[in-house]
Amino acid sequence: MPHDKGRNRIGAFMRSPAATPYLLLLPAALVILSVVLLPLLVSFWTSFTSYNLTRPATLFNFIGLRNYQRLMGNTDFWWAFGRTIIFITIALNLEMLLGLGLALLVNKITWGQRTLRTIMMFPMMFSPILVGFQFKYVFNDSIGLVNNALFDLGLIKQPIAWLVDGNLANFSIIFAEIWMSTSIFAILLLAGLMALPKEPIEAARVDGCNPLQVFRHITLPFLMPFVYIAMTIRSLDVARAYDMVRIMTNGGPAGRTELIWTLMTRTGYQNSQMGMANAMGYVSIILSIVFTFYFYKKLVSARTFMGGAQ
Amino acid sequence: MSQLTIEKPWQRWSIRFGVFVAMAILTIPGLWVVLTAFRPNIEVLARPAVWIPQNPTLDNFARLFGLSSEQQGLPVAQYFINSLVISITSTLVAVAIGMAGGYAFARFRFPGKGGLFLAFMLSRTVPGVALSLPLFIIWARLGLIDTSFGLILVYLAVNIPFTIWLTDGFFRQIPVDLSEAAQIDGCTRWQAFWKVEFPLARSGLASAAIFAFLTSWNEYALASQLTRTTASKTMPVGLMDFTAQFTVDWTGMSAMAVLIIIPALVLTFVVQKHLIAGLTFGGVK
Repeated sequence: MPHDKGRNRIGAFMRSPAATPYLLLLPAALVILSVVLLPLLVSFWTSFTSYNLTRPATLFNFIGLRNYQRLMGNTDFWWAFGRTIIFITIALNLEMLLGLGLALLVNKITWGQRTLRTIMMFPMMFSPILVGFQFKYVFNDSIGLVNNALFDLGLIKQPIAWLVDGNLANFSIIFAEIWMSTSIFAILLLAGLMALPKEPIEAARVDGCNPLQVFRHITLPFLMPFVYIAMTIRSLDVARAYDMVRIMTNGGPAGRTELIWTLMTRTGYQNSQMGMANAMGYVSIILSIVFTFYFYKKLVSARTFMGGAQ
Repeated sequence: MSQLTIEKPWQRWSIRFGVFVAMAILTIPGLWVVLTAFRPNIEVLARPAVWIPQNPTLDNFARLFGLSSEQQGLPVAQYFINSLVISITSTLVAVAIGMAGGYAFARFRFPGKGGLFLAFMLSRTVPGVALSLPLFIIWARLGLIDTSFGLILVYLAVNIPFTIWLTDGFFRQIPVDLSEAAQIDGCTRWQAFWKVEFPLARSGLASAAIFAFLTSWNEYALASQLTRTTASKTMPVGLMDFTAQFTVDWTGMSAMAVLIIIPALVLTFVVQKHLIAGLTFGGVK
């Protein structure tokens, strides 16, 4: 019987040493399959239906690509999508530059460096929801830290409505995001600076390079893999900005800070349009994968470049 | 740290000034929330602003736990317990499962290795918000909405890929010769693992565990949709509820924020050295 033979073969394989790594990975694979892959298939299916939470039967109402077509024609969606891309781009670039600057400065300090590094870890301990709460409070127009300070310094007479004005709200959110994540870059780049070999720098100096040239041609190339690690780690969880925005403005005022993630939950849970929300979900998943994959590729090529140079 | 360049005094002072400003920006917002947690409400609303607390009080914390005569807002004690139970359970299980996976990647060559590793890492790129939509549908059908078990299961999936990544790195740092020597001396592979490799990887595993704990402890996007009542709501969800209440209670919320930050603060200090090593190791070497 072929069926029995198949089972025997599987049984024999399971007892052979070749099966060990697969057995070790089995529990992890089972969890990921059931909690990530299966839901992703469900959400893929629902993105092609008119599923509405209030009418369970609609889960099997196949409507083809209509959700995606409606998304493509929806200005609110495109605004949120574009704003998300701009948000990620501004945040990652500024975090990288500020993180690099901070790492270079701290690297120059000879005394109390350990304490400084501990302070730099500070924002990393904060849950994004806490960061959001903290800045909702700091930027509050009547009792916030920023307005209090500006009042006391005599710089303003009227409170500035940080979270009520559209442009200022976007500024506040980006500020909070940068506060939350610059440390990751600073800490990883500092680790890179400390691992920097001394000989090439000394040799370059002897050959008459000025500090700027040394930075441009030796320090920076050496740091690039660390930049890409930080970028990869960051792009893995860019979506945690959702928590922060949710508590600070929840997409308001009048949708001016709406990101794809807040729009998605509003569509899915508040308007019960699960089919549509899952279509947006797929767009956001692809967005995350594209960013992560891009930096991962850069990381791999930077590593091989370093390997070749050494 | 080395003094390759001789700095001029103005350079040295501008570096110090820059570092000082950066550290102030990093610490002051958090410090202000902490100070608020120990202020009476009247001080928060005062005009002109009161910077240094004049009448420090523990009343805000007492209020959170229902120990004060004043009206009580939220069942914070229950949220705290839920958060602890859910985070600790999911961490222990995720580290056990992830360690097995990390060991497999570090010590074995097998067909499909690269693809499997990539698949685990890709599963981590799915944003929690996007995953919460289908999980909500499935969990509702299985009756797992608003149960600790449902949330623990989700956090396992969130934490396992990263634990695999970290432990893979830590096991790779341990020379293979050690366990081979133990096996020559008569240990089985299983014994060699527990007697030689596990003790050496222990500090790395501890930091993986703390990482997993912090991820679960701080998570909001999934918890906010998969919990409903005190049966399973966690601290971050509770804090969000607090801000949505009718009267804004800044001192109460700040006290709750302090409760969320304390465990994270303690654990991050414990793990900070391994954290940096773990993050850079996997990527660079």
